[in-house]
Amino acid sequence: MSDLNTVTAAEAPGGQPNVPHGPVKKDKPRSLAGDAWADLRKRKIFWIAVVLVAVVLVMAAWPTLFTSADPGACALANQYKGATGGALFGFDYQGCDIYAKVIYGARNSITVGVLATLLAGVIGLIFGLSAGYFGGLVDAILSRFIDIMLGVPFLLAGIVLSNRLSSDPKSNGIFAVTLTLGLLSWTTGARVMRSAVISAKNQDYVAAARMLGSPPARLIFRHILPNSIASFIVLLTLLLGINIASEATLSFLGVGLKNGAISWGIMIADGTQFARTEPWPLVWPAIFLGATVLAFIMLGDAVRDAFDPKLR
Amino acid sequence: MFRYIVRRLLQMVLTFFGATFLLYALVFANQKDPIQALVGERPVTESQRIALTQRYHLDEGFFMQYWYYMKGLLTGDFGTSLTGRKIVDMMADAWPVTLRLALIAIVIAATFSVTVGVYSALKRGGLFDNVSLVITLVLLAMPIVVIAPLFQLIFGIQLGWFPPTATRDATVWQLLLPAIVLACIVIAPEMRVTRTSVVENLRADYVRTARAKGLTRMRVIWVHVLRNSLIPVVTLIGVDLGGLMAGAIVTEHVFNIPGVGFNLARAIRTEDGPLVVGFVSILVILFLFINLLVDLLYAALDPRIRYE
Amino acid sequence: MDVLPGVDARAPLLEVNDLHVEFRTGYGVAKAVNGANFWLSPGETLAILGESGCGKSVTAQAIMGILDTPPGYVTQGQIRYRGVDLLKLPEDQRRKVRANKIAMIFQDALSALNPVYTVGFQLGELFRKHRGMSRADARKRAIDLLDQVKIPAAKVRVNDYPHQFSGGMRQRVMIAMALALDPEVLIADEPTTALDVTVQAQIMGLLADLQRQRNMGLILITHDMGVVADVADRISVMYAGKVVEEAPVYDIYARPAHPYTRALLESIPRLDMKGQQLSVIRGLPPALTDIPKGCAFNPRCAYARDACRQDPPPPAYQVSVQPHRTARCHFFREVLGE
Ligand SMILES: Nc1ncnc2c1ncn2[C@@H]1O[C@H](COP(=O)(O)OP(=O)(O)O)[C@@H](O)[C@H]1O
Ligand code: SF4
Ligand SMILES: [Mg+2]
Repeated sequence: MSDLNTVTAAEAPGGQPNVPHGPVKKDKPRSLAGDAWADLRKRKIFWIAVVLVAVVLVMAAWPTLFTSADPGACALANQYKGATGGALFGFDYQGCDIYAKVIYGARNSITVGVLATLLAGVIGLIFGLSAGYFGGLVDAILSRFIDIMLGVPFLLAGIVLSNRLSSDPKSNGIFAVTLTLGLLSWTTGARVMRSAVISAKNQDYVAAARMLGSPPARLIFRHILPNSIASFIVLLTLLLGINIASEATLSFLGVGLKNGAISWGIMIADGTQFARTEPWPLVWPAIFLGATVLAFIMLGDAVRDAFDPKLR
Repeated sequence: MFRYIVRRLLQMVLTFFGATFLLYALVFANQKDPIQALVGERPVTESQRIALTQRYHLDEGFFMQYWYYMKGLLTGDFGTSLTGRKIVDMMADAWPVTLRLALIAIVIAATFSVTVGVYSALKRGGLFDNVSLVITLVLLAMPIVVIAPLFQLIFGIQLGWFPPTATRDATVWQLLLPAIVLACIVIAPEMRVTRTSVVENLRADYVRTARAKGLTRMRVIWVHVLRNSLIPVVTLIGVDLGGLMAGAIVTEHVFNIPGVGFNLARAIRTEDGPLVVGFVSILVILFLFINLLVDLLYAALDPRIRYE
Repeated sequence: MDVLPGVDARAPLLEVNDLHVEFRTGYGVAKAVNGANFWLSPGETLAILGESGCGKSVTAQAIMGILDTPPGYVTQGQIRYRGVDLLKLPEDQRRKVRANKIAMIFQDALSALNPVYTVGFQLGELFRKHRGMSRADARKRAIDLLDQVKIPAAKVRVNDYPHQFSGGMRQRVMIAMALALDPEVLIADEPTTALDVTVQAQIMGLLADLQRQRNMGLILITHDMGVVADVADRISVMYAGKVVEEAPVYDIYARPAHPYTRALLESIPRLDMKGQQLSVIRGLPPALTDIPKGCAFNPRCAYARDACRQDPPPPAYQVSVQPHRTARCHFFREVLGE
């Protein structure tokens, strides 16, 4: 009786795998990355994001391609004057060329964003890898520390830290803001790496490699990193967008860039004060900041969706 | 369950002291003239110096200073702001305003994101779904420094639908536009999670069972699908609270709302150390408790979850 | 429930005729059911047998009217309950047939029961929504039902959640739920596949008892020939969405008329064959997006010849003088050894 019941006739007891034979793609099998790329190529959102990001990067690298005006050359006589010649967006309260300022604003945004994100990436990578790899006490301490960091809302901590780091009254705040954002935004990356390492560690082939005496470093670089690096990079792309937004926010609140450093956040803050009389000095930097952040988020989002079909 | 709560409370205590210590250190450690920092720009007399040194235990080590400060904090003595006002009084004015703001924002966000998320999921792939996905993406990306001033400009100043700024008493009507701005921060993730989770649950086996039981489509969706789908959304609302608090700093600044964020932003700009540490400490406590509550709520909603 | 318009008490209890179901997905159209035929009488057990993926569950879902649409659509055929074609009923009447007249048990009771409601709620729901009972009355009936399916301490367990039951007990809850409104037809889709062997036997025994008490028609879906031998009256063998052979259970075991059935029987391990090589059907079932021309079984069939690759065998060759024996094969006589 039991024999009859346990072995199921139709399910091919000879060990032939009963593969699902429903709808199958006819194309030849591809790698996950290949599939993801094929999927990405078809997405409009992805291409919009790529173009936007490219424009912003070019703007940051070579602002003179877009404007020949000096964003620092302001004349009160020009206050709120409309668009003329090169000054496409007119002039603000202090008589500065809004277009030139907005273009040059990209440079600081991107600089701070990229550097802070790299810093966060490095810290997150190191902390996450070590927590996941060593486990035990290291993991416990690190996890508690991350808990503590997450106990204070990000922006609050950012305000306090940035304010503290830029105590020199003459500094332009770029270093302080970069450091602040880098030091505060690594936690998600660390968590992602940590769980990636832990799940990789439990996989048979990694356990096997370890038993065969593969040294730890080799294990990490050969087996664990390649499997989780895609999601990590996606995370960093998203983080880049968030850090750019955070820079603007800190600057907006007066604890970010300062002393004449151009920032979309400061322009928005100034524009807000006089928005009743003249909305454009507020609107333009807001559009540029919004579009830039959107571009990076869209990029990260599209790539993540391509790699994770579940979310579709 | 009891053991779980005790363990969580212990962890919270650790997190609380860790976070406030870091904060305290950031604000007060290594200041060139701590006494000057305590009074701001005003000149200090010698007798004031002595009094302040005693009050803040400046002659003792930094750890002791933190310890005394915490002792005061935990017994309700938050000290005095640089403006000379008692911090407790300032909190009594500011907290109700911010809580009201946050509550309105949460209600708006939850109503909107759940309705739209569920409808998107039911009509997935359709026009409504695609449009709302694009809108959430834009909302997700827009920093609050963009949304707050632009909404104020468009809906407050240009169209005049809402009051563009609040007055001292911050009525619900005045708080509506800022609350919508705040809601925008959390709508996108909440809506996405609702949609994904409804889509997933619609495919679940138990939904097929519910249909096999001859229940109406409405009952299948509202009783069987929704109850399961909203579990992750509820947890998200807890996580979002941190974002709301941060957003409140910018929003209250823009709309001139005399709440916690407004006070904090000003305190930081005027380097009002005691005020910053006091407000943020309370925020941290609030934040921790809400997260605990959300986890307990999660267990209450999902019978499969048993905390040990 | 009020009487369904057009019900004819003398018509067969359930009759499925030339049923076609397809799934329109992004990757193409999967033809999951391609002309299924069978019927069922009161008190009878019909086993539907076939490899996994051959369309058994989809057929059951089509009968219940719970296909996922989109992507699944019934494109052709009739499903008659007492002479009424269910496919032509308006949704509201169709809905009332479910659970009242035709009920279903699913394979995996853990995922088939809603994890966030007590079993009492999920059972009582049927009485409240279909019979308009109060919560308290519905609860009493739920306890009754749990008693009937022999769940110990039903009064207490009625307040438990599905995850608090063992696999076998959960399947009993499923059965209780299906029988709540005294249906005339019960479809059990692999009711014991997920269970241990000893529990399997108990559940099958329980099902058989309940069926006898209520004179219900039972459709037992399975891919396990071992299970059906003891309980089924008749067997329908499905392959690639078609019923390829249909016969009383004894006849099928004694003299299979279709090469596929024959191959299935040969792959059952028997005690007297211990140590010998099991015969296994070579090849794989076809992709449903791409079903072979002619007879769908031809690439794997030991009897296949050119005719099989050209013309599909007609729906049912009458196999013998006995009634109700059909096979969908050009060369069934050869298989029978006639
Ligand atoms: N929801 C669905 N979406 C797409 N295809 C489906 C779906 N359900 C079933 N199918 C297709 O129908 C085929 C038959 O499935 P099923 O009836 O579940 O097989 P089984 O005989 O094992 O119960 C599957 O192989 C699959 O290709
Ligand atoms: S028709 Fe031909 S291929 Fe099909 S089962 Fe019969 S003999 Fe085999
Ligand atoms: Mg099945």
